[in-house]
Amino acid sequence: MTELTHLTIAEARDGLKAKTFSAVELAQAHIDAIEKARALNAYLVETPEKALSMAKASDEKIARGEGGALEGIPLGIKDLFCTEGTVTTAGSKILGNFNPAYESTVTRNLWNDGAVMLGKLNLDEFAMGSSNETSAFGPVVSPWRREGSNVSAGASGAIEGTHLVPGGSSGGSAAAVAAHLCLGATATDTGGSIRQPAAFTGTVGIKPTYGRVSRWGTVAFASSLDQAGPITRTVRDSAIMLRSMSGPDPKDTTCVDLPVPDFEAAISRGVKGLKIGIPKEYRVDGMSPEIEQLWHQGAEWLRAAGAEIVEVSLPHTKYALPAYYIVAPAEASSNLARYDGVRYGLRENGRDIVDLYEKTRAAGFGREVKRRIMIGTYVLSAGYYDAYYVRAQKLRTLIKRDFEEVYAKGVHAILTPATPSSAFGIGEKGSGDPVEMYLNDIFTVTVNMAGLPGIAVPAGLDAQGLPLGLQLIGRAFDEETLFAAGQVIEDSAGRIELPQAWWA
Amino acid sequence: MSVDEKTVRRIAHLARIAVTDAEVPHLQGELNAILSFVEQLNEVDVEGVEPMTSVTPMVMKKRQDGVTDGGYPEKIVQNAPATEDNFFLVPKVVE
Repeated sequence: MTELTHLTIAEARDGLKAKTFSAVELAQAHIDAIEKARALNAYLVETPEKALSMAKASDEKIARGEGGALEGIPLGIKDLFCTEGTVTTAGSKILGNFNPAYESTVTRNLWNDGAVMLGKLNLDEFAMGSSNETSAFGPVVSPWRREGSNVSAGASGAIEGTHLVPGGSSGGSAAAVAAHLCLGATATDTGGSIRQPAAFTGTVGIKPTYGRVSRWGTVAFASSLDQAGPITRTVRDSAIMLRSMSGPDPKDTTCVDLPVPDFEAAISRGVKGLKIGIPKEYRVDGMSPEIEQLWHQGAEWLRAAGAEIVEVSLPHTKYALPAYYIVAPAEASSNLARYDGVRYGLRENGRDIVDLYEKTRAAGFGREVKRRIMIGTYVLSAGYYDAYYVRAQKLRTLIKRDFEEVYAKGVHAILTPATPSSAFGIGEKGSGDPVEMYLNDIFTVTVNMAGLPGIAVPAGLDAQGLPLGLQLIGRAFDEETLFAAGQVIEDSAGRIELPQAWWA
Repeated sequence: MSVDEKTVRRIAHLARIAVTDAEVPHLQGELNAILSFVEQLNEVDVEGVEPMTSVTPMVMKKRQDGVTDGGYPEKIVQNAPATEDNFFLVPKVVE
């Protein structure tokens, strides 16, 4: 029998139903694997007792012939989702001891469907980053290594050598899924934070349409862009998990009142007769020939499966990233105003209330977060609001219009690379110029700006043996087509599995 | 556009983040790198374009204006650094 930690969610679901193994055994196998993988720093908090008690309850339900769609499935939760009674840090010192008195809608939905919580996963501070290096609790080590790399777990168990980043901000989620430390993980995506780490770690990640998933109880970064989704090892697993995460929520007025389709049923639809667009503006300068080749290969796979491939144009693509770096920090500066040292979180005393605020925020936020709050404050300040913020929001209208025009011509989905490169090493990017790190999101950020769904699917390995992903962008609320086309890519490319658990 | 040291200090104060003298030049450099990156937006003619206000066109949800939650002040203050009788404590604000 396959090791329990190497099952897909679909396989585990079937095994549990057939009573081949119990939910407690499945949870225990993951708890053991997590314990041996602490050097990766993927989990910030492990909740083994909670996992075992939830698994026991699942076993009882399964024995009675009951249970939800995710009954007994052990998951990791990005530490941006508030979990009642379990510390939720957002990767920040300012929330280091924050113990929510409530449960986020996403996690509540998962538990209602029977899922089991293994713990809270590391992330970039407040989800601001593309490498997981901005976490106040240390970076996550990617379970992937370049061929011939010297990275290893030393005698003390600590990582030796220059390791790779898992991407970000959902770096802990992607690393944990790739390293078999959970069957699936929740993640969030504001500019690429699900799809970029999924691409870096050979996993599948989908950012659904804005409004598909409730944001209630999820620590806010940029509210008009934030959307939660799953990271899993297969397209089918993402479909299963997203269905449970989604759905209307009276607590979030931006969460739509639309029925949630059976996403899993969509994966076998195929792409026959679908029109897939290839946007010429995504052929950027300096893109690696390997990515270019993979992109071409992806289009060929879809064509072979019966899709029609057409070149399309999204003329405002190059402005999405700069517009994002106005809109997202502006919203962040407003959202993060709540961390004031009074109602929750860290407090540094001062001589008066303003001094208390300033000292608390100086001590509690990391460099990247401070930088973004300050940019956001600047672009919203008197005299600059029209020049920056309003202009960026106009660009956003144009970016969305680009997509609408392409879809109006009968295009069902758009194929692009997920990232401009494979994973890079820790400390390699962004130390001098923050923009160098931001460029990681050039292919993903347009999707958030337009509120559309996007999926990253592993499609091959580069010359260094590292995973590369392709992205499919869909019409609003048509995640089903993304699952159908994503499955074709997965079937054509073959599943990409991590070669070995070198850290254990 | 670029920011000078004085502006960096002003923004930091507006954002309620204390900055040390040593941090100011770094922040200035980083903020200017970002501002020069976003400068390219000026190439685009946005005359007559509506700024986006909602990415997904939808009707605002409404409900009866009534109390649907609450009655647990101890939960509200459970994470506060300083409280007394379910009130948040702050340094003296009014003389």
